[in-house]
Amino acid sequence: MFDITGKKFWFFVISGVLILFGIVSLATFGLKAGIEFSSGSLMTVSFEQEVDHDELRQELANLGYTNAIVQRTGEGDFLIRLPELSGGAKTELEAGLTDRFGTLEVRGFEDVSPMVAAETTRNAAIAVVVAAVGILLYVTWAFRRMPNPFHYGTCAIVALLHDVLVVLGIFSILGGILDWEINLMFITGTLAVIGYSVNNTVVIFDRIRENLTVGASSNFEIVVNNSLVETLSRSLNTSLTTLIVVLALLLFVGASIQNFAVVLLIGIIAGTYSSICIAPQLLLVWKRRE
Amino acid sequence: MGLDLQGGIHMVYQADLSSVEPGREVEAIDGAIAVIEKRVDVLGVTEPVIQRQGEDRIVVELPGISEAEKAKKLIGQTALLEFGEPVVEEGEEAKWVNEWGKWKPATATIDGQERELTSAYFKENTFVDQDSLGRILLLFEWNEEGSKLSEEITGRLIGEPLGIFLGDESLLGEDGKPIAPIVQERITNRGQIEGLSWKEATELSKLLNAGRIPIPLTAIYEQTVSPILGSDFVDMSIKAGIIGIILIMLFMIIYYRLSGVLASLALIFYGALVLALFKLIPVTLTLAGIGGFVLSIGMAVDANVLIFERMKEELRAGRTLGAAIETGFDRAWTAIRDSNVTTFIVCGILYWLGSSIVASAPVMGFALTLFIGVAVSMFTAIAVTRTLLRLFVGTRLAQQTWLFSIYAGRE
Repeated sequence: MFDITGKKFWFFVISGVLILFGIVSLATFGLKAGIEFSSGSLMTVSFEQEVDHDELRQELANLGYTNAIVQRTGEGDFLIRLPELSGGAKTELEAGLTDRFGTLEVRGFEDVSPMVAAETTRNAAIAVVVAAVGILLYVTWAFRRMPNPFHYGTCAIVALLHDVLVVLGIFSILGGILDWEINLMFITGTLAVIGYSVNNTVVIFDRIRENLTVGASSNFEIVVNNSLVETLSRSLNTSLTTLIVVLALLLFVGASIQNFAVVLLIGIIAGTYSSICIAPQLLLVWKRRE
Repeated sequence: MGLDLQGGIHMVYQADLSSVEPGREVEAIDGAIAVIEKRVDVLGVTEPVIQRQGEDRIVVELPGISEAEKAKKLIGQTALLEFGEPVVEEGEEAKWVNEWGKWKPATATIDGQERELTSAYFKENTFVDQDSLGRILLLFEWNEEGSKLSEEITGRLIGEPLGIFLGDESLLGEDGKPIAPIVQERITNRGQIEGLSWKEATELSKLLNAGRIPIPLTAIYEQTVSPILGSDFVDMSIKAGIIGIILIMLFMIIYYRLSGVLASLALIFYGALVLALFKLIPVTLTLAGIGGFVLSIGMAVDANVLIFERMKEELRAGRTLGAAIETGFDRAWTAIRDSNVTTFIVCGILYWLGSSIVASAPVMGFALTLFIGVAVSMFTAIAVTRTLLRLFVGTRLAQQTWLFSIYAGRE
């Protein structure tokens, strides 16, 4: 029989260090907001001829877009992030790039005004808060027949915050190094991770609830450990199957849903970890304190 | 299919209703929509969507269109031809400048008010014709006020050029030069514009007849996807989905043996059922929506995994296969139910988020497909996998516990 609960000190240390790194990185790099939240234009351009990344950036600077962010997609297209292009600016930009690099095709273009960006930011924030509150209420309700249902809800939420912090931390590093941005798909992915992470935690709590009801042992620590061991292969297998499809999405669909897939990837790993190593362990520590 | 997969344009316009009488806002927006519809007709888009969003916004979706700039121009166009006369005096302010010189609006005074001559005084019956020399003419008629204005202005300008402008730009002829005919005689009731190509003249005529958008519109959101990019996404997503399913099946079969085979069958059934539901409920399949579907495939086996793990425990405890199946399903059910509720909560919130913002399609698509996916997975795990497993109870296969990845001697 594995002793999972015995290692809780190390689990807390690992998570603590991870989150600390994340917070330091958040404080240093911050998060780069995508056009949905900060307004601006995003252009997907494919050139007939081979174009060098740095030359493209140089040419954009020459055309007056010094802050343009240029990313190469897996398909050899370029994603160009620009301030909002109003009126004829887009046509002029296209003409400028065509002069320099030859025939090009604008394969995608998105333009968000500041008004829309402000609305989106506000509503996304509301969604995240409502999701957290909704899940806290639900978990508390689901464990209403347990002693201290609030403990279960809170521990699930702490595990959830843990996952979100890890995701944000890693994304701020990716933002600092690779110019990755927080876009709407990122928020969608994060909310999906929130649901997924709690899903795992609930399965484990459900087993703890069952084992307590059955009265397998009077020692809470043993009950928690048994429940973890019993659900371990399920926790890992489900995460594995989900990771398989997320990896398939990341590898085959690529750039356009890259943020989304990477959030899910990190989130699923963090969520699986936290539902085994954080939420039940916290429950245990809390119970012992009382 | 959503615009991101099919290609096309998605525009959101903010209407400025400040000049509209209170209580008539809806009318003004509907008027604008009617004009946009007529203009879009010119483009020949197959299934355009033009509708009001909220109180003061208009959404225009033109699927499958590749000439984004042209469509945008057409929709947002002022659709107002203005007539100009040359600036003669030094220091006089020019509204337009082109290769023929500087221009100011041609004005005349009627009823004591100075008015500019524009196509606002056209009757909405312009048409295109060819004269005996094969020249293409855009023919128009002035309404009552227009006739008076035109009479006075053309009377004053005989022998002088009359500039024609579309918004801030000169109206260019087929030869690429600004159209500015010399006034030959006093024009009262009807007139003609020469020099446009047949196509340009026809479009302009339709545009003029469609009328003007009654309220100022500003584009606040735009998304354009080329149809090629869209079809690439579809191919890539299908590939990702199929490879994902195959890998999951392999894993399930290797790990859970016979149960895994049954779960794989259930997974195929699941995929077919979800796709059928997508057809039935008009789900707009966006890239994110496909992402949600692919993700739900990974999560779909979760219910199966929960049940199989439970069954294995029951088998180890020495129960018969029949009993293990029943208790396994019963006991796993609360975990399946309780855990999926969290996903449903998140889907609901995401759906709200999607419906409340302008760039809504990806979020809503994801929420909807994930919701359908998880709901169907609960159903297939309970209904399909259980039925399949029950078929084995009482057969000789059921004695072979290794088929369920349990070793007889263990524990």
